[in-house]
Amino acid sequence: MVGVGILKGLTETARNFLGSFVRKDRLTTIQFPEERAPRIEATRNFPFLVYDGEDAMAGLRCVSCFICEKECPPKCILIDKSTDKKPDATGKLQFYPAQFQIDISVCMSCQICVEVCPFDAIKMDTTFELSTQDRFDDLLWPKQRLAKSNEYYHQIHPTEAAAVDAELAAARAKAAPKPAAPAPAPTPPAPATDAVKGSST
Amino acid sequence: MTPETLDQIFVTTKHLLLGYVPVALEPIASAILSVVPVLLAFPLLFAITTVLERKGLGRIQNRYGPNRVGPAGFLQPMADGIKSLTKEDVIPRDADHLVHFLAPVVMVLAAFLAYAVLPIGRNMVITDLNAGVLFFFAIGSMVELAVFMAGWSSRSKYSLLGAMRAVAQMISYEVPLVLAAIVIIMASGSLSTVGIVEAQSGFTFGLPHWYVFTPWGFAGFILFMIAATAESNRSPFDLPEGESEIIAGYYIEYSGFKFALFFLGEYLGMFATSGMAITLFLGGWGAPFGGLSWVPSYLWFFAKLLVIICCFIWVRGTLPRLRMDQLMGLAWKFMLPMTLLNLITAGVWHFMPAGILRWIVCTLMVVVPFLLTSRSLKQGKTLQVRTYRYAE
Repeated sequence: MVGVGILKGLTETARNFLGSFVRKDRLTTIQFPEERAPRIEATRNFPFLVYDGEDAMAGLRCVSCFICEKECPPKCILIDKSTDKKPDATGKLQFYPAQFQIDISVCMSCQICVEVCPFDAIKMDTTFELSTQDRFDDLLWPKQRLAKSNEYYHQIHPTEAAAVDAELAAARAKAAPKPAAPAPAPTPPAPATDAVKGSST
Repeated sequence: MTPETLDQIFVTTKHLLLGYVPVALEPIASAILSVVPVLLAFPLLFAITTVLERKGLGRIQNRYGPNRVGPAGFLQPMADGIKSLTKEDVIPRDADHLVHFLAPVVMVLAAFLAYAVLPIGRNMVITDLNAGVLFFFAIGSMVELAVFMAGWSSRSKYSLLGAMRAVAQMISYEVPLVLAAIVIIMASGSLSTVGIVEAQSGFTFGLPHWYVFTPWGFAGFILFMIAATAESNRSPFDLPEGESEIIAGYYIEYSGFKFALFFLGEYLGMFATSGMAITLFLGGWGAPFGGLSWVPSYLWFFAKLLVIICCFIWVRGTLPRLRMDQLMGLAWKFMLPMTLLNLITAGVWHFMPAGILRWIVCTLMVVVPFLLTSRSLKQGKTLQVRTYRYAE
């Protein structure tokens, strides 16, 4: 009979309407500023620069190799390479970015910079409340703002960060015994330069 | 304070205020004092309805709905109003500027004019025209003009398509709307809205003499409400503004406050037709039970109006949009025969002696054609899972 389907539909919507007042599990909405959904570990938003040690500017892992700048599809990264070398967190002399900027209004969160970085120096952040009143300075982030500690990285992506740390430790362990084990007296600087070259290619 | 004084408080206040006005200005002052409360009350009801609708639809879909502005989100219409007032008023370069400007004005004007004959309470009607129902339907068709003005003057394919759909739909549904109302005029023998409400006053065993409690009145009420839904372009008959097909229909080229005016006009039209349904079928401002006559009459009117609005929201949250051919088929193949048959039923009811027999005969005269028509409309239509030729 015509009309029965309409009545069935009306009872269904009435049940939804009344049920949403009675049963809390029907309402799946999370009231955002007050409540927050648990963050998924693989969340990613904008990149940041990882540093080791205490001093953010001295401990940056980035050696300004320009790979991420060249690979970035929307070209949102700008790097100025330093003319001198400074010791990094492990005490090794390295080039460092004199200037490292990411325009997060251009960034499309593709993670390609992270994938191409040979030094694990750039990683994806999870913060998303970045709205601002100043569309120029507050969206063009310098390296001071991009630098975040390795501990922070562990905090937001624990599994991934542990894997990266293990990999870095293995690489250092492989590189370190070289000058120590043979220890030939006539050529002490050669392995050091090799190690620098080896890690920067 | 007796119930009578509370009931007539607005009427006595008006007469009190009129006492301070010079005799020469009395007609115009009387008109202003009658019109201004209507101009305030119904837009306020519109504001309440928008937030109720959004919250109700939200709950139907297991959401909260707006709950940020003010207590439980009930100041949301204020925020919406401020937003639409501060928005830029964009007019297309090729638009017919004068008509483009006039369309929303005509829309709201037509919607407001309809309230002139609605009895909101005892002795509370702006004008008691002796052809009030006729006036109401005549003014109601002004909305079509406004809709077509908007669609034509915008010079946009979408708005023209929306306007064509809207005009086709509204003209088609005006026929059953008026035919469904005619049974009441036959029964009460009056075209005056006040007279129709008076004809429904009085109680038997505590139950009111509303026309909806007769077989032909019930059928007429259902048909009238379906036609009213289509007249006010509400879901499931919201093809003229179908968001997924033609974006916003005839008012797509409107922005800012003019857009809000269209919204206002649409809702005011819905309230007006609901108010007319209350007047015709639900006893106007009359109490639903004999013992409740002490409650002020205008409260009954607005209570009934709110119930009908809630039903509108409920239906909107339930039914999907009709297709154009289904829409026209419903109007011409189902509603029109049913309303015409209903006229005969009302006549039979009038000429048969009161008693159980005329109840049985008239109920059969409503139910049997309904079953037969619905069955014949279903004939040859089998519901099946749709198969796609190219998409899969």
